[in-house]
Amino acid sequence: MNQDKIRAEKYLNASTRQLIWWRYKKHLLAMAGLFCIAGLYVVTIFCEFLAPYDKATFHVDAIYAPPSSIRIFDQDGKIRRPFVYACTLEIDTETQQMCYVEDTDERFPIRLFVRGDTYEFWGLWESDLHLFGVDAPGHVFLLGTDRMGRDMFSRCLYGTRISLSIGMVGVFLSLVLGLTLGGISGYMGGWPDGLIQRIVEVIRCFPSIPLWMGLSAAMPPHWPALKVYFAITIILSLVGWTDLARMVRGKLFALREEEFVLAARFAGAGHARIIFRHLLPSFMSHIIVTVTLAIPGMILAETALSFLGIGLRPPITSLGVLLKEAQNVTTIALYPWLLIPVFFVILIVLSFNFVGDGLRDAVDPYSR
Amino acid sequence: MSEAQVLLEVKDLKKHFPIHRGVFKKVVGHVKAVDGVSFRLRAGETLGLVGESGCGKTTVGRMIMGAYRPTSGNVWFQPPNGQPRIDLADIRPKQMKPLRRHIQMVFQDPFASLNPRMTVRQILAEPLVVNKVAKGRELEARVRELVELVGLKLIHLNRYPHAFSGGQRQRISIARAMALYPCVIVADEPTSALDVSVQAQIVNLSLEIQDKIGVAYLFISHDLGLVRHFSKKIVLMYVGRVVEYAPAEPLFARPRHPYTEALMSNVPSTRPEMVGHKIILEGDPADPINPPSGCPFHPRCLYAEEMCATVEPPLMEVEPEHLVACHFADVLNLTGCDALGCAV
Amino acid sequence: MVPTLEVQNLRVHFMLDEGVVRAVDGVTFSVRDGKTLGIVGESGSGKSVIGQSILRIVPPPGRIVEGKILLRMENEDGTKGRLDLAQLDPNSRQARSIRGRDVAMIFQEPMNSFSPLHTVGNQIIEALRLHSDVSKNEARNRAIEMLGKVGIPRPEHRIEAYPHQLSGGMRQRAMIAMALVCNPRVLIADEPTTALDVTIQAQIVELLKQLQEEFGMAILFISHNLGVVAEISHDVLVVYFGRVMEQAPVDVLFREPLHPYTRALLKSVPGIDTPVRSKLATIDGTIPEPSELIPGCPFFGRCDQCGGDSVCQDTPYVLTKVAENHSVACPLVCVAG
Ligand SMILES: Nc1ncnc2c1ncn2[C@@H]1O[C@H](COP(=O)(O)OP(=O)(O)OP(=O)(O)O)[C@@H](O)[C@H]1O
Ligand SMILES: Nc1ncnc2c1ncn2[C@@H]1O[C@H](COP(=O)(O)OP(=O)(O)OP(=O)(O)O)[C@@H](O)[C@H]1O
Ligand SMILES: [Mg+2]
Ligand SMILES: [Mg+2]
Repeated sequence: MNQDKIRAEKYLNASTRQLIWWRYKKHLLAMAGLFCIAGLYVVTIFCEFLAPYDKATFHVDAIYAPPSSIRIFDQDGKIRRPFVYACTLEIDTETQQMCYVEDTDERFPIRLFVRGDTYEFWGLWESDLHLFGVDAPGHVFLLGTDRMGRDMFSRCLYGTRISLSIGMVGVFLSLVLGLTLGGISGYMGGWPDGLIQRIVEVIRCFPSIPLWMGLSAAMPPHWPALKVYFAITIILSLVGWTDLARMVRGKLFALREEEFVLAARFAGAGHARIIFRHLLPSFMSHIIVTVTLAIPGMILAETALSFLGIGLRPPITSLGVLLKEAQNVTTIALYPWLLIPVFFVILIVLSFNFVGDGLRDAVDPYSR
Repeated sequence: MSEAQVLLEVKDLKKHFPIHRGVFKKVVGHVKAVDGVSFRLRAGETLGLVGESGCGKTTVGRMIMGAYRPTSGNVWFQPPNGQPRIDLADIRPKQMKPLRRHIQMVFQDPFASLNPRMTVRQILAEPLVVNKVAKGRELEARVRELVELVGLKLIHLNRYPHAFSGGQRQRISIARAMALYPCVIVADEPTSALDVSVQAQIVNLSLEIQDKIGVAYLFISHDLGLVRHFSKKIVLMYVGRVVEYAPAEPLFARPRHPYTEALMSNVPSTRPEMVGHKIILEGDPADPINPPSGCPFHPRCLYAEEMCATVEPPLMEVEPEHLVACHFADVLNLTGCDALGCAV
Repeated sequence: MVPTLEVQNLRVHFMLDEGVVRAVDGVTFSVRDGKTLGIVGESGSGKSVIGQSILRIVPPPGRIVEGKILLRMENEDGTKGRLDLAQLDPNSRQARSIRGRDVAMIFQEPMNSFSPLHTVGNQIIEALRLHSDVSKNEARNRAIEMLGKVGIPRPEHRIEAYPHQLSGGMRQRAMIAMALVCNPRVLIADEPTTALDVTIQAQIVELLKQLQEEFGMAILFISHNLGVVAEISHDVLVVYFGRVMEQAPVDVLFREPLHPYTRALLKSVPGIDTPVRSKLATIDGTIPEPSELIPGCPFFGRCDQCGGDSVCQDTPYVLTKVAENHSVACPLVCVAG
């Protein structure tokens, strides 16, 4: 009985944010998505350390190597700490195809905190410490290697970093554009609204892929990779802001007529106060939802562009760039692990969608 | 005894909302939401504004609040500090700002009129902060005073609106309206979303505040019984126009407009013996986009004659202070509530 | 004679996170052909859930946990019997055929009960053909006739109208026409006039009375407006917190209410004898939280009669008959009486 009272008291004094969080927590998939995303962002921050190799290190002795099998039983059936066998490349004399044969004599135990390729951690300090690895000359390729013998697992981690950051930066730019233009449109109404809505309509009329293609084609080919990266994010957000602008405008139109906004006006509040104190907080949560649901779109768009060869270009490694390697049917048939970046894309997109859905259900804690 | 000062004088107020159609937003017609409304509100008294849904009550209230600019007409407001009176219908937003604190509003929907993201303390402090009336300790003292005025407790101050019932929210709304000690409060159906037992609490609270502080109410409602309990004078509206404007007592004793009579007889009564005395009107209230010619009530009126369809009746004084817009106000002998003995 | 509909000790509970909400907690009543039972109570007292359980459309997580809902049936072979609707699977064919044919419902907001995509006429025809074997033409004629009966002018034209093209009052009339077109024996009207103006409300109340005389159905009229209930009902049920507080014929209930809650409700509306600007009688406190478990009188603590008498708190809730057709659930009244 007393506990009930305390619970009721807690509910009565709860702020909106708390109510949203309580409702969000009940959504299992959304929580799972949230953990995935948190994990993925940790990966993007520490990917130099987490990846056993640098994204560009190539291993001439391991071209198109399949994922290494990690074992704990050795030849004699004894339990050992996880290890891999050494692999040697052999050419099948009949089919003329390369295949890797495990050499069971040589074991390489997988060790934590090994020294390997040197990297510069966020440009702050130099290091060669990696979370795991094996001693040279052994290799551990969790997800195999590509045509230059580069470790796919490491490259996927780096690719996730670029793809996620494109999503974030792109959405941030769309947010700035969408919020200002949608805000002007929704709060002022009248001709500015008409003008902005027409612009939105025109942009949305263009089929997006040809539009992106045109814009990327207009990019000078000699630009450095970093400049291309920023150009691509801008291109993506130029289209992406329209959704946000529409959402912001719609919400503002609805809120402007809300009685509590009228009440603020009648109390004598000025425009700035109404916008920042009453309107923005009221649809902040909706903005977060829209943004969360917009990020996977951005990531997919980047992946598509890079896959088509008009987005990011090597040496920048995004998931789309990685997938470009898997464009050829024979390659996929022979080396199916090159498709593994797709799973990273799916994981990212699904997680964001679950989080977005969960948030959308939770943001209206008053609907009950 | 001299009558109290006129605070608000509304004169022939009109509001026509344009109806837009098509791509180019061409104006194809007008909703004549308010089409000629006049009344006076004196200091410390209550004026009831009654009418059916869509007759333009809210629009009148919002024009007084300056939310809509009237199509024509005047809203003369007498500021309490003795300045000359000002026409709110013809005023720039900048000039309006210092006047706002004298006229406040209580809304109908207790669930929409409080910002769900602000605590009660913030909600009540908002008008004081915005108008730079109080700060710091004084602000807190004023907020506490307001909370006590409307019968809430201090522990409620840190709560968000979701923690309150409809009646409690309406109390918060009233406290917010009272924050600046206005001289006029426009109360737009403040109890129509509430249960009767809660409605009684809000009614009592409003009366108490009026006795204590002497604020004047423009009390908008569709409930005749409630308006009678509250108001000194009553304005009855039908599709944007005033049909009858009179002090409460003579109005209920002997209404002069057939619409008033019908409305009074239609008020549901808890006295079973009353059943059978109803005047059932035919049809629906007129469409404000396309109001009938002549008297807007004539298609539903039991006493209508030929001239009602062509000539619009002016609002005439049939007795001192009793104004009616009916050609036959003097001829008809209508039964009021008192004679019927109905619930009102 | 066997009543058309008899509800015995109905309990409907909602299993929510914050606890079990006993929306309807032991409600008993009956209605006969051609009679109207008014159900009054404040918001959240469980009026709508009573209606929903009779139609078996209580939304999850609501469940009928106890009680009987007996509907008098005339079987095809002419024998009479009673069917317990509470035992029916809500999705079964039988339940669906009873809905609309034997028991029909009208709601507060008719806009939500019509599909905006089809004409009013088509929806009435559809409802009719679902439950009886009539040709399309015949159904159309019946629909026009019914629309005429509910007072829609020029029904042969209005039958082609879409719901949004009708005014609120007209929509409510069309809704009534749709509900009555299959000639149900029980009509449940859940606040059918709440959203309407007084003049339109008077029209609809008059119409329902007239139609009841013609068709002889039993009406369950749910409303929070005491006045409307007083005008249309023969008997009245006052509910509070999911329980019946008082039940009596309409003139008895409004002339000599016995339960303190009924009295307080009646007093809180300003009437002709209330002096202008006087303080209205209020009910102190608020309705208990829906998930609270109260074995005694749920009105305890707000009641001005018992003054904290522990008898009221301790005596388990029971509805006691104090006169023919008049029952009260107040320990004080019952002991004194
Ligand atoms: N902003 C607006 N634009 C266009 N038409 C409007 C607007 N506001 C109100 N109207 C129309 O004006 C008429 C009067 O509306 P108003 O809200 O003033 O009525 P009301 O008397 O307050 O009704 P209720 O009792 O339902 O609150 C209605 O027909 C309505 O549709
Ligand atoms: N779908 C639902 N989920 C959870 N609780 C519900 C649901 N429907 C009703 N309830 C609860 O059941 C109780 C009775 O609700 P009901 O809708 O019957 O009230 P009512 O008397 O019809 O009120 P009103 O006059 O507001 O329509 C309330 O406490 C409500 O919270
Ligand atoms: Mg209104
Ligand atoms: Mg209900």
